[in-house]
Amino acid sequence: MKKIRCALIGPGNIGTDLLYKLKRSEVLEPIWMVGIDPLSEGLERARQLGLKTSDQGVAGLLPHVDTDDIRIAFDSTSAYAHAANAKALEPLGVLMIDLTPAAIGPYCVPPVNLGEQIGLGVTNVNMVTCGGQATIPMVAAVSRVQAVEYGEIIATVSSKSIGPGTRKNIDEFTRTTAAAVKKIGGAARGKAIIIVNPAEPPLIMRDTVHCLTVEEPDQAAITESVHRMIAEVQKYVPGYRLKNGPVFDGRRVSIFLEVEGLGDYLPKYAGNLDIMTAAAARTAELFAQEMLAGRWSAPVLEAAEALP
Amino acid sequence: MTLLAGNLAGRKITVHDMSLRDGMHPKRHKITLEQMRSIATGLDDAGVPLIEVTHGDGLGGDSVNYGFAAESDETYLRAVIPLMKQAKVSALLIPGIGTVDELRMAAACGIGTIRVATHCTEADVSEQHILLGRKMGLDTVGFLMMAHMAEAPKLVEQAKLMASYGANCVYVTDSAGYMLPEDVYARVSAVHEALGDGIEIGFHGHHNLAMGISNSIAAVAGGASRIDCACGGMGAGAGNTPMEVFIAVCERMGIVTGVDLFKVTDVAEDRVTPILDFPVRIDRNSLTLGYAGAYSSFLLFAKRAEAKYGVSARDILVEMGRRKTVGGQEDMIEDVALDLVRARRSAVA
Repeated sequence: MKKIRCALIGPGNIGTDLLYKLKRSEVLEPIWMVGIDPLSEGLERARQLGLKTSDQGVAGLLPHVDTDDIRIAFDSTSAYAHAANAKALEPLGVLMIDLTPAAIGPYCVPPVNLGEQIGLGVTNVNMVTCGGQATIPMVAAVSRVQAVEYGEIIATVSSKSIGPGTRKNIDEFTRTTAAAVKKIGGAARGKAIIIVNPAEPPLIMRDTVHCLTVEEPDQAAITESVHRMIAEVQKYVPGYRLKNGPVFDGRRVSIFLEVEGLGDYLPKYAGNLDIMTAAAARTAELFAQEMLAGRWSAPVLEAAEALP
Repeated sequence: MTLLAGNLAGRKITVHDMSLRDGMHPKRHKITLEQMRSIATGLDDAGVPLIEVTHGDGLGGDSVNYGFAAESDETYLRAVIPLMKQAKVSALLIPGIGTVDELRMAAACGIGTIRVATHCTEADVSEQHILLGRKMGLDTVGFLMMAHMAEAPKLVEQAKLMASYGANCVYVTDSAGYMLPEDVYARVSAVHEALGDGIEIGFHGHHNLAMGISNSIAAVAGGASRIDCACGGMGAGAGNTPMEVFIAVCERMGIVTGVDLFKVTDVAEDRVTPILDFPVRIDRNSLTLGYAGAYSSFLLFAKRAEAKYGVSARDILVEMGRRKTVGGQEDMIEDVALDLVRARRSAVA
C-alpha cells in the first residue's frame, strides 16, 4: 500500500521516539531525518534505521523535498527554529506538524479537534505541549457536558524527561498550555502549572485537572464523559489512565491522571514525551489517510523563491 | 561543634520577613489589605530591611491548586510598597507557576528584590527569570527549595548555575523544616565557599522540628548573610523562624541585624498574632512535615483531606514524604488521600 513520505527535523529524544512510531505506521513512511550536529547520535540511529540524513538542518532537506515526494514534516527543534523551518518548507506544499511551542498553526489535541483540522486548509498544525496533550482532553470532557468557567492543569514530570530546551523557556509551557486549555479545552479561563520532580526511580507523568463549572456539576454525565474521553486517548496512548476521580466538591471537578509511555525509545515514565509523539503521529496519519484518498493536500503557496 | 565554637559577634546580617508571603499559607492566602498594611508598616518602623509580599506560592500562585488569594499580587504590592519608609519589598516567583509576565508586573509595582525559587536540583528552570530580574536591576535571589533532598556538592552545582544566570544571592531553603543544624552548616558553608564573597548566601527555615533559630544561627556560622524569619512565626507548617526570637538571640550573640527587638516583638504580639485563624505551632501534623521531609505548605491541604476523606493528615503527610514529592505538588494530597481510602477498604474486604 502506498504511504505518505515524511521528514523529521530534530534528531533528539522526541524526534527519535517519533521515528520509532512512524516506522510502525501503515500510512506514513519516514524518509529523512535532519539535524545540525554532525556527531548527533540521533542522526546515526536514523541512518541505521534506513533513513536519509543531513546535518545541514532543513537546508539539507530542501533539495530533496520534490524528488523524494516529502509531504509531511515533523519539527521537534525549538520555537525559534520552527518559524524558519516552516517558512522554508510550507511553500513547497509540505504539511508541518509542529511539536515545538511556536504555535504558528492551530492547536491540535487529537481526541478533541483532530477532525476539524482537515477542513481548515492549514499548512501547519501545532501539538501544544506535553501537559496540554495529557490534560486538555479532560477539560474538553467536562466542557462538552456543561460550561466551564475556569480550567486549571498541573503537570508533574520527572526531571529526566524534560530537556534543556523546555527548561530554558519554561514560561512557554505555561503560556501555551493555558491558552490551549481555553481555546481547545473550552474553559472560559485557563491556567497551567508544571512541576519537575527529580525522584529516583523517575515518576511516571502525573496530571491533575481542575475545572470550575458555571452551574452545579452534573456528576453522572461528567463521569461518563470523562471515561469516554479516556478511552479515546487510550487508542493512541494505551498507558493513559484515570488514577482517581472525577472528584466533585461544590462546582469543582478534579481529575487525577497518570500517563505511562509506550517505551519506544524513551523510557516508560516519560509519558509526557510519548503523548506528544503519539499525538503528532496520530495527527499526521489522519492527514495522510485524506491525502491517500485524494481528498486533501497541503496548499502549495506562490513563494517559489523559497526554493534553493 | 563548629558553630558553638565560632564567635559570631559583630557579624552583620540582613533579616527578611516572610509573614506576608509564607504567612499567607496558614491564612489560606486571605490576608486583607488592611492587615498587610498594618504588619508591613510595623515591620518597616521596627527596622526590618526586607519584606516579602506575594501569594504564598509566589507570583501567579492564585489557583485552585494552591488557593485563591483575597487580592491579586498586584493589589497587595501596590498597597504595601508606597507605605515603606526604609524597607524594600520582595516578591517570590516559582518558575512553572509564575512567569516573566508577573515578574514585569511586580517590577512595575516597585519591588526591590525578586526571589526565583526552584526545587534544589532543578535550578536550570530559573534561567529566564533570573536573567530578567538582573537585567531590570533588581536584587536577584536564587532560592533552592527542599534543600534537605540534596547533599552539599549537588547544592553547590545548582547554586553556581543560579549565580551564572545573574543571581547576586543564593538561598539554601529548608522548605520541609527537616534539617538539623549540622545539615544546614554543611550545606551553607559549602555553597558559601564555592561561590566566594561576591555572592551572598541566605537561609530560609521552618520551625517544624523547633530548629528555626538554631538552624539560622548555624547558617550564619556557615557564612550566610541573609536570614528569612517570619514575624510572629506566621508561615507554613509550624511557621518560619520566628523573627522576634531570632532578633533577641542575635542581640545576645552580638550579631547585628539593625532591627529593634521590642518594636518587632510588639508587631508580632499586637498585629500578627491577632489575625491568626489558628495557632501556628508545632503539633502532630506540622511536626510530621519536618519528620517526614514534606513541603510545609502541604499542612492545611492534608488537614482538609482528613476532614473530607477520614484519613489522618499525618498518614497523608508521611506518604507525601515517602513518595518524594516536591514543592508545589499540593494536587497529590487529595490523590494520596483517595489512595489511602482505597487501600483501607481493600484491607477491610
